[in-house]
Amino acid sequence: MAERAALEELVKLQGERVRGLKQQKASAELIEEEVGKLLKLKAQLGPDESKQKFVLKTPKGTRDYSPRQMAVREKVFDVIIRCFKRHGAEVIDTPVFELKETLMGKYGEDSKLIYDLKDQGGELLSLRYDLTVPFARYLAMNKLTNIKRYHIAKVYRRDNPAMTRGRYREFYQCDFDIAGNFDPMIPDAECLKIMCEILSSLQIGDFLVKVNDRRILDGMFAICGVSDSKFRTICSSVDKLDKVSWEEVKNEMAVLLQTPAQAGEEPLGVGSVAAGGRYDGLVGMFDPKGRKVPCVGLSIGVERIFSIVEQRLEALEEKVRTTETQVLVASAQKKLLEERLKLVSELWDAGIKAELLYKKNPKLLNQLQYCEEAGIPLVAIIGEQELKDGVIKLRSVTSREEQEDLKTAQNRDFNFYYGYFIDYYWQKWPDTTPFTYKALGA
Amino acid sequence: MAERAALEELVKLQGERVRGLKQQKASAELIEEEVGKLLKLKAQLGPDESKQKFVLKTPKGTRDYSPRQMAVREKVFDVIIRCFKRHGAEVIDTPVFELKETLMGKYGEDSKLIYDLKDQGGELLSLRYDLTVPFARYLAMNKLTNIKRYHIAKDFDIAGNFDPMIPDAECLKIMCEILSSLQIGDFLVKVNDRRILDGMFAICGVSDSKFRTICSSVDKLDKVSWEEVKNEMVGEKGLAPEVADRIGDYVQQHGGVSLVEQLLQDPKLSQNKQALEGLGDLKLLFEYLTLFGIDDKISFDLSLARGLDYYTGVIYEAVLLQTPAQAGEEPLGVGSVAAGGRYDGLVGMFDPKGRKVPCVGLSIGVERIFSIVEQRLEALEEKVRTTETQVLVASAQKKLLEERLKLVSELWDAGIKAELLYKKNPKLLNQLQYCEEAGIPLVAIIGEQELKDGVIKLRSVTSREEVNVRREDLVEEIKRRTGQPLCIC
Repeated sequence: MAERAALEELVKLQGERVRGLKQQKASAELIEEEVGKLLKLKAQLGPDESKQKFVLKTPKGTRDYSPRQMAVREKVFDVIIRCFKRHGAEVIDTPVFELKETLMGKYGEDSKLIYDLKDQGGELLSLRYDLTVPFARYLAMNKLTNIKRYHIAKVYRRDNPAMTRGRYREFYQCDFDIAGNFDPMIPDAECLKIMCEILSSLQIGDFLVKVNDRRILDGMFAICGVSDSKFRTICSSVDKLDKVSWEEVKNEMAVLLQTPAQAGEEPLGVGSVAAGGRYDGLVGMFDPKGRKVPCVGLSIGVERIFSIVEQRLEALEEKVRTTETQVLVASAQKKLLEERLKLVSELWDAGIKAELLYKKNPKLLNQLQYCEEAGIPLVAIIGEQELKDGVIKLRSVTSREEQEDLKTAQNRDFNFYYGYFIDYYWQKWPDTTPFTYKALGA
Repeated sequence: MAERAALEELVKLQGERVRGLKQQKASAELIEEEVGKLLKLKAQLGPDESKQKFVLKTPKGTRDYSPRQMAVREKVFDVIIRCFKRHGAEVIDTPVFELKETLMGKYGEDSKLIYDLKDQGGELLSLRYDLTVPFARYLAMNKLTNIKRYHIAKDFDIAGNFDPMIPDAECLKIMCEILSSLQIGDFLVKVNDRRILDGMFAICGVSDSKFRTICSSVDKLDKVSWEEVKNEMVGEKGLAPEVADRIGDYVQQHGGVSLVEQLLQDPKLSQNKQALEGLGDLKLLFEYLTLFGIDDKISFDLSLARGLDYYTGVIYEAVLLQTPAQAGEEPLGVGSVAAGGRYDGLVGMFDPKGRKVPCVGLSIGVERIFSIVEQRLEALEEKVRTTETQVLVASAQKKLLEERLKLVSELWDAGIKAELLYKKNPKLLNQLQYCEEAGIPLVAIIGEQELKDGVIKLRSVTSREEVNVRREDLVEEIKRRTGQPLCIC
C-alpha cells in the first residue's frame, strides 16, 4: 500500500514537472523525455487507475432519448412530415459530416463552433452545422435548379451550454425549402401557410407569425442614419433572437403566445418556434460559375416543441405509451409456454401487435400488472380448461370485463375468428390505443 | 499578372516557413505571427484561389440520398419498424458521438476504423461505431435491468434476465418476418453458438491465442472452399494440419435440430462443458423456432464464426439465396442481410459494479437491402414516386391564380395532398405534363366557364377521363377516389 502511495506521489510530481516545462516552453525533446518518464510511472500504477476515473455519460451538450421522449418526438415529427408531404415536398438526406472546406467560410463568427474530425491521414472533415449549407452543396452537385424538399436531421454546434441555458450541442433541425425561379411570392406564401398548418396541428397553443423584409430594414436604417458598419449590431439590438449568417431578404419568425388562460393580458411571446426567409445567394457560393438559385424556406424549432409537448403531458398527468402493443398473450396456469408461443406467433403472422412474458411459468397477476404498466389494452389468457373447450379468454385490461371467446374447432379458422374478434373489440372499445392513458389507480 | 505570380510565390514561401516552424516546434507566438502573415498574403491573392481548388463532393465513403433513394429507404424502414413495433419494442436514440473512452477497448482490431473528433480543448470524442455499445452504455447509465428496444430502423435488442432462449427465438422470428415482408427473395438464417465454437476448437487442439484468427478463416467457408480455408489456416496462420483436419470434420456440417442431437452424442464434443451448454441451448431454441413456424428457414451451421468480440452465446446471420427465377439478371452477391447474437458481458463492462445485464439482439443490413430493392426497381423499370401528392390544382386560362390559391388551400385544410405550379399563368399542357412526370393521379382544373357554373373539372391523369364536380362536393369526391377516410387524420 505504501508502495502504491509512493508511486502515486511520484506520478503527481512528474506530472507537475511536465506541466511546468510546457509552460516555460522548454525544448520539445526535453518535454518528450519527461512525458515518457511520466507515462512509464503511470503504467507501473496499473490499469485500475483508469477504470476508477471512467465516467458513464453522454458527451457534454448531448443526450439520449428515452422511449418516452421518443414517443413525443415521433408524434411531433409525424405531424410535421404529414404537412410537408401534403404540400408535395420530396425528402433528402445528407451525411452527418462534410468536407471541412465545404463548411469553411459559410458561418462567419460562428465557424468556431464547428466540430472538426481528427486528421487521421485522410480528408479533413467536419460535422454539419446546419442543413442549409449541405442543401446548397446538394443542389450545386446535382446541378438542380428547382426542388421542393424537407430534411429532418441532427446538426452539431460546439455551443457553450453555460452561456445559453438548455442549448444542446447535438439537436434536430427541421428544414423545408423551395428552390427555384418562380413567379414572386407564391412559394413564400406557401411556406407561411405550412408554418401555420404545422403549429396549429401541434396544438401547443396560440401563435403569431412576425414578418418583415430585409430590404425594408436596410431602407429604414439608412433613412434613420445608421451607417453600414453598424448595421448588424443595430439589427441584433432590434431583434434579440439569433441572426443567421447568410443573406436574407425577408425574415419570418413564428412566436408562441401564452395560453389564453391569462385573460385580459397582452399575449406575451414566449419564444420562437419556427423561422425562415428567402435567401438568394447561397447556392451561388458552390456553383463554379456562381449561378444563383433563389431559395425560400423555413425551419421548425423542434427541440423547443419537444419540451413544450413534454411539459404539457406532464401537466396532464397522463402516461405516454412507449409501445403500440395491442394484446398480451398470457397463461393462467403452469406449463403453457408452448401454447403461448404458438398463439403469439399466429397473432404476429396476422399483423397483430402482441407480446408475451419471457417466463416459462409466469403468474397471471404479474402478466396483468405488466399490461397495466405498459398500457396494453387487451390480454388473451390461455387456460387449461379453456384449452379443452377450444376457447381463449379475451379480457379488456382497462375495463376489467371478461368475455369468453371463440371456438377453435380447427386451426385454420383460428386466425379468422381471432381477427374478427380483434376488429370487434376495436369497434367496441375504439379508444383502446390512445397515445396517452390514465394511469390506473391514480 | 506578374504581380499575381510574385504574390503566389510569396504565399508559397511563407507557407513553407510556417510548416518548417511547426516541424521545429518553435514557440507558439512565433508560429502565430508567421501564420498571420501568411493569411494576410493569401487574402491579398483574393478569393478566386480557393474556389479553383474546391471540389464539390461528399466525404469518401458517404453519400447523399436523393428523393428517389429516400422513397426506397422509407419503404424499407417502414416494413422494419412495423415489425419491431408488432413485437412490442420501445425505441431509444443516442448521440452520434460518444466519449472516446466509452468506445475504447470494445471493438478489438476494428478499433482502428473508429472516427475520432479533433481535440478542440474539451472532451475527447469519437463517432459511434455501432449501436450496440451505446445501448450498453445507456442501460448501465440508467441502471436498467430489462428493456426491449429498437434503435433507428436497424437494431433490435432484448436486455434482461429471462428464461432461456425465449427472447433469442423472438429475435429470429423478427428477422424472418422482416426479410419475408421485404420480398427481396428467399433467405436462410444460419445459427451457431460461441460456446460450441470455443469447445470445438479446444477439442481440436487450437490454442487460445489463435482462436480469433482461426475463427475468421473458418468464417470464410461460405465464400471459398474448404481447401482454401485449410491452406490459410495451415500456411498463413501456422496451424498444425491435423488440427485443421479435425476442425474440417466439424465446420463443414450444417443442418437442423438433428445435427444438434448428433453432436450432443459426439464422444469428443460432449466431453466439453462449454460445447454442451451451447448445444443444449440450441436444442431448446429449435423447439421454440418450430412453435414460431420458422424452423424451415433456420440452419445450424458450424462454420458461422462471424462477429465482433462481444458475442457470448447464440450467433446468427441471414443470407439471401440466389433465386433461379431471375435469369438474365446479374446474380446478386450472396451476402449477409442481417445478423445478431447474444452478448451477456457487454453491459457489465460499463457498470461500475460490473453488474451483468444479459442481452440478445439483431441488426438489419439496411444499406445492402436498399441496393437490392433499388436494383429490382430498376430491373422492373418501375418509376418510384418521390412525393405523395394526390391532386394538382390547375388553371385552364390566364388570370386564375387567385382561384387556384383558394382551392389548393381548401384542399390542404381538408387534409388532401395537393400542389399547384408557382406560376401566375401556367399553360394547361405544362401542368398536365408536370402531373405525368411526378405521378400525380388527379388534376382539378379551374376554368372560366366552369367557375360560372360552380363546378371544377376533375381529371384522371392516366385515363384522361374528365368529370365536372360541384365545388362543394370536390373534397369528398377526391377523398373517395384516393381511398381516404372522410375525417381528417
